[in-house]
Amino acid sequence: MLAFIVRRGLQAIGVLLAVGIIAFAMFRFAGDPVNQIVSLDTPAAEREQVRRSLGLDDPVPVQFVRYLAKAAQGDFGVSYQFRQPVSDLLAERMPATLELAICATLFATIFGVLMGVYSGLSRDSILAKVFQTISLIGISLPTFLIGILLIYLFAVTLGWLPSYGRGDTVKLGWWSTGFLTGSGLKALIMPSITLGLFQMTLIMRIVRAEMLEVLRADYIKFARARGLTTRAINFGHALKNTLVPVITIVGLQLGSVIAFAIITETVFQWPGMGLLFVQAVQNVDIPIMAAYLLLVALIFVMINLAVDILYTVVDPRLRTTIRQPT
Amino acid sequence: MSVTQPVLSVRDLRVEFVTRRGVLKAIDGISFDIGKGEVLGVVGESGAGKSVTGSAVIGLIDPPGRIAGGEILLSGMRIDNLPPEEMRKIRGKRIGMIFQDPLTSLNPLYRVSEQLVETIRTHTNLAAGAARKRAIDLLAEVGIPAPDRRIDSYPHEFSGGMRQRVVIALALCAEPELIIADEPTTALDVSVQAQIISLLKRLGREHGTAIMLVTHDMGVIAETADRVAVMYAGRIAEIGPVRDVVKNPLHPYAKGLMGAIPSLENDTDRLVQIPGSMPRLSAIPPGCPFNPRCPFVFDRCRIERPEPVQHSQHRVACHLYDQSPVRSEAVA
Repeated sequence: MLAFIVRRGLQAIGVLLAVGIIAFAMFRFAGDPVNQIVSLDTPAAEREQVRRSLGLDDPVPVQFVRYLAKAAQGDFGVSYQFRQPVSDLLAERMPATLELAICATLFATIFGVLMGVYSGLSRDSILAKVFQTISLIGISLPTFLIGILLIYLFAVTLGWLPSYGRGDTVKLGWWSTGFLTGSGLKALIMPSITLGLFQMTLIMRIVRAEMLEVLRADYIKFARARGLTTRAINFGHALKNTLVPVITIVGLQLGSVIAFAIITETVFQWPGMGLLFVQAVQNVDIPIMAAYLLLVALIFVMINLAVDILYTVVDPRLRTTIRQPT
Repeated sequence: MSVTQPVLSVRDLRVEFVTRRGVLKAIDGISFDIGKGEVLGVVGESGAGKSVTGSAVIGLIDPPGRIAGGEILLSGMRIDNLPPEEMRKIRGKRIGMIFQDPLTSLNPLYRVSEQLVETIRTHTNLAAGAARKRAIDLLAEVGIPAPDRRIDSYPHEFSGGMRQRVVIALALCAEPELIIADEPTTALDVSVQAQIISLLKRLGREHGTAIMLVTHDMGVIAETADRVAVMYAGRIAEIGPVRDVVKNPLHPYAKGLMGAIPSLENDTDRLVQIPGSMPRLSAIPPGCPFNPRCPFVFDRCRIERPEPVQHSQHRVACHLYDQSPVRSEAVA
């Protein structure tokens, strides 16, 4: 198991290095960084001085190694537009995005699994067909449209929920949370649904398909022949066997939810990393874009590792394959 | 109820599958008994209705299949019309079932101990500790070495033969009166087959369990069964003591089946073949279903369905042995 984690850790470093090259390359290809920093009428001598002070006159590989070394310590440079360290900006925005992503994933997982199990067990019932229709809508409607429709319905027409922002937040150390205030929780509802709807329908469809598959398996027939209760068969034997693909999807989707919260955050003016990224793109704020890229890659790599470890918790057959690498 | 009441008694059982192309009769009026400690072998080609019979007895016919007629009696108690929850309590407790493929019969995600204890506790009110002890005893009984250590293994950590032993232990959890073994050895190596067969025989003898052994392997039947039922197109062609049926089959189909067994004693160059193949359920010919392939066919076979008649120790459904007058009105 330890060897497996170490091996995966090395792979993760490889992935991050590759992403690091791309992130670093953005600085070079999106124009001269000095031009982004200084104003138009800065004399050439002063430009040279800035260039030297930033180390931009060094050979490219040297600059790359320096960038990586600093990034590894959490220093991603200074934002062009805010004149603040990128790491501070990200740290300030991260709680908002993570709380939104966690809520959206919880919403998607809980409802997706429940609806999937139900429609797998009684697939001919009317409710199961309703779920199938909802899932079709969830998959085919674009996120921003769902967000706007929700805002129109619950914020504009009914006035039940706020249409933008996080509501009141409470500081816990450097982490600002919306979980502890009423307005914070209320503000979470619509963005979470908007962000999680697609994931929910995906999970529902996968759980349903897996349930149908597993219920045909020999060990389910044998479990019935042993006279086990329907409840034990459906939830003990069948559901557990559907979990491996569900864990994969939930894990990868959590990564996507964090990385692609951009649209939802824009629609709801959610003060998270996605909104920061959109502003960075508009203003060619490359340090933020590069840091965001690296951060998202790191999140994906870590989630993948967690998913692989979770597999072995669910499925004992994978433990032996991991113990004896092929 | 007599003293020598059979453990399982099937009376004129009919099973149908309702499909878009009409109603298919998978089992069309079969009757047989299995006594205490007796092993009934059920043979026939694929699709003859052997496994469906087993599933019908244990109440696991899935829609669109259904029991369309007849009765199934377990120790004199009718079980084919029980409500699902009552039938569930009988499954595993009074009727055990063993399936063909031990590799897929066990849930891969649970330890053998968990699956055994779960089954034991479903059917008895043993506490967890006592159930575990019984599980270890069961594994010892089916011949798993060091059961107290092996019990916490996962199914994939056992070999095929050992897994089938675990499956048998699971079927034995509540000491059922009847075990239905559906092709229990088909997926196993020949050497392991013999072990599993002798294990089944020993268990039947020691516990007085009735066994319904479904297989297409005549060798297994000859070695294990007390009586044998030869099935063809959802009907029993012939049923009788295993030695008689193997040595002296009466029904032309049974004759063909026995002729197809290779023998070391008589050095024949060619094995006997039955020409043609079994009809599809949607196209069973009128009269005797075997008539298109039968070398002894005569007019009556194409019109009138043969009913089983007693002939020495056998019951055989064939007009060759039926002395009753031709029923002129009978047109299948």
